[in-house]
Amino acid sequence: MTHEQTPHILSYGKLTLVWLTLLALTALTVWVAHHNVGIGHVWGSLAIACLKSGLVIAFFMHMKYEGRLLRWLLFTALAILAIFIGFTFFDVLYR
Amino acid sequence: MSRHRDDTGAKLGMWLFLFTELFLFGGLFLLYAVYLSRYPREFAAAGREMHVVFGTANTAILITSSMLAATAVSAIQRDERRRVLWSLGGTVLCAAIFLFNKYLEWSAEISHGFYPNSPRLAAGPPGESVFFSLYYLTVGLHGLHVLIGGTLLIWVAVRVRRGVVHSGDYVLLENGALYWHLVDLIWIFIFPLYYLIL
Amino acid sequence: MSSAEQAQPCTEGGFWRDTGRTGITSWIFSTDHKRIGLLYFYSTFGFFLVGVMLGLLIRLDLMTPASTLMGPQTYNALFTVHGVVMIFLFIIPGMPGAFGNLVMPIQIGARDVAFPRLNLFSWWLYIIGAGIILTSLFTGNGPPDTGWTFYVPFSARTSTNVSLAVLGVFTIGFSSILTGLNFITTIHRLRAEGMTWGRLPLFTWSLYATAWIQLLATPVLGITLALILAERLLGTGLFDPTRGGDPIMYQHLFWIYSHPAVYIMILPGMGVVSDIIPVFARKPIFGYKMIAFSSLAIAAAGSLVWGHHMFTSGMSDTAILVFSFLTFIVAIPSAIKVFNWVSTLYKGSISLEAPMLFALSFILLFSIGGLTGLILGAAATDIHVHDTDFVVGHFHYVMFGGAGFAFIAAMHYWLPKFYGRRYAEKPAIVGWALMFVGFNVLYFSMMVLGLKGMPRRYYHYLPEFAPLNLVATIGSWILALGLIIMLVNLFRGLFRGEPAGDNPWGGATLEWSIPTPPATENFEQEPVVTHGPYDFTRTGEP
Repeated sequence: MTHEQTPHILSYGKLTLVWLTLLALTALTVWVAHHNVGIGHVWGSLAIACLKSGLVIAFFMHMKYEGRLLRWLLFTALAILAIFIGFTFFDVLYR
Repeated sequence: MSRHRDDTGAKLGMWLFLFTELFLFGGLFLLYAVYLSRYPREFAAAGREMHVVFGTANTAILITSSMLAATAVSAIQRDERRRVLWSLGGTVLCAAIFLFNKYLEWSAEISHGFYPNSPRLAAGPPGESVFFSLYYLTVGLHGLHVLIGGTLLIWVAVRVRRGVVHSGDYVLLENGALYWHLVDLIWIFIFPLYYLIL
Repeated sequence: MSSAEQAQPCTEGGFWRDTGRTGITSWIFSTDHKRIGLLYFYSTFGFFLVGVMLGLLIRLDLMTPASTLMGPQTYNALFTVHGVVMIFLFIIPGMPGAFGNLVMPIQIGARDVAFPRLNLFSWWLYIIGAGIILTSLFTGNGPPDTGWTFYVPFSARTSTNVSLAVLGVFTIGFSSILTGLNFITTIHRLRAEGMTWGRLPLFTWSLYATAWIQLLATPVLGITLALILAERLLGTGLFDPTRGGDPIMYQHLFWIYSHPAVYIMILPGMGVVSDIIPVFARKPIFGYKMIAFSSLAIAAAGSLVWGHHMFTSGMSDTAILVFSFLTFIVAIPSAIKVFNWVSTLYKGSISLEAPMLFALSFILLFSIGGLTGLILGAAATDIHVHDTDFVVGHFHYVMFGGAGFAFIAAMHYWLPKFYGRRYAEKPAIVGWALMFVGFNVLYFSMMVLGLKGMPRRYYHYLPEFAPLNLVATIGSWILALGLIIMLVNLFRGLFRGEPAGDNPWGGATLEWSIPTPPATENFEQEPVVTHGPYDFTRTGEP
């Protein structure tokens, strides 16, 4: 109901820095895919994608400056999504 | 009792909505994971048919648009209305270019005979048909979100112009930007999974 | 706060009157949570009655082994539509939409939900979805005949109107998501001063847990239904084995939503019972924290067990083992609730009025439903009773004996607060008794039939099952008679009965501290809460 905290304003410099990092990571993931034939690189690509989305969430979406509640909710939601996908593999991997 | 404005509540509501979007795409990613583990070779073969250039360009475009949306939020907090409007305009322009690229890419793919239930896929190995069906569904659903997000941001920009959204009351812009970042986030995962499976 | 003495306390005052609009638009465009709650109540309850009719027809057909009352296609459509209507149009939206809207904002001391316009939009989506489903019955190649689960490959191939029905369910799913989103935000943001998480009434706690399932599981249903549409309209072949698809993946996706969804249906019912039992036992609830926590635990554990619907589907043995084991975990929080309710009753000053009778029968019927659920959750016994009437009996014990009876308990407990008048006690008890007896005759017979091998969803059956099927059908008539008596009495009372007064039951939650019927903005001033929801020494204070 009340404004608990004054909003944190991200500087344009920081936004640009995050943007450049994201572009660099995109280049990296393309490079990795082309120099690493085989299925193993899926995990590498996913790791880079997770890093990128972490940056987007933390800075562009201001999660770094939000309260504990939102962070916990996001964590819970992601954990449940991981369970939905992971538990399906109890079937798929052992059939 | 007077009616309070509850920006924190509005933002919480938006985040909850983003979770539902995540789970909507989650179902498709689940299917992708399962079928990738079943048909790794067919997926790799199908992935080689994808246009990496289009995918990479669109990734860069979406990341840029996301940065511009974040800039718009920073700008409105500093009460720089012109910069807000320019940033939002840039975001929407990126969205339009993204969709145009998508159109070119899909046209090329369809003309090569890659689309759900196409004769070429029906004749090929079963895993490829699954790959392309999933690709069209996931990217199509994502494209729909680009369209919705772009429209939402245009609407927000109009309200910024009219002064309804200003440095003292900008939760609408924040939420619009959050939605746009989600569109970007989903693409960050679509890109390696569909374009870089070589 | 003296409306008990007023001459016309009924639908004249409070939120019934003060509004800018008049006529029907003052309802269907209202953003008042109480009006939206009543909209939900009448629309969902209307569909409940439709579902009851369809159920009675199914029972009528099954009265004799080779009935020719209707054709087999009609029979298939009948059990499909019965399931779709009861699940998607009544139980899932019913309790949160109707009583969640009516009561929850008052219970936390708020004037409305966090997003009132979104709340109205949810109801409209529900009505639009319901309209699409109804349209699917009378257009195209006839009503869907797949069963409410829409299993592929049949749902992808049948020529009946599955596409439209699926679109309707999709729309209703969206409505359910928005209700969940609204309630979570409301409970986080709009609690009155002093309304700490430890003072939240247990009905509100259960809605909070429910809202999380609505929010996180329903989108998976959305994408699953969209995939059926894609199979039918685009021929994507994702579940078609001839093109590399896997039909079992459909079952995974469907149950990832639909198993948690049964907790959407039962959790608010548990909340109602947790609120009613202490009031009618005149004793604070036993184990408040554990009941609140077990709601969250059920929501969480319920998300891990979807595979137990698929033991005979051809899923891997490892998955059967894991999901069977996890299923037993859900029994723990459910049992915690049952034990705490019973402990609350112990040495209480129990008054057996209608809401309490329904709540007590909830405990018994839910326990039977829950324990038979363990028979189904254990892989070995499930193979024997899978796809028999045992499953149908079990499911109705939980959903009707549980969620349905809780809904009726809530009607008797809360509706007088909003109408200002109450029903007569004796006919209510007669109605309850008939329903209780009829219910058990009907569904217990079905469970016995299932153990003997009577398959579910069969149009004709072997003559050896005839006697018990006849008994079950007679049970359905007793149940329907009780339902009619209960309804006539309740609604006669709401419109013409004795004034209910502000606090007819002596409850200590906030909704009993304000005038009957509540004003549009509920509270004159924002209340400051000073005691817990079951502190009966402070009844009537905020």
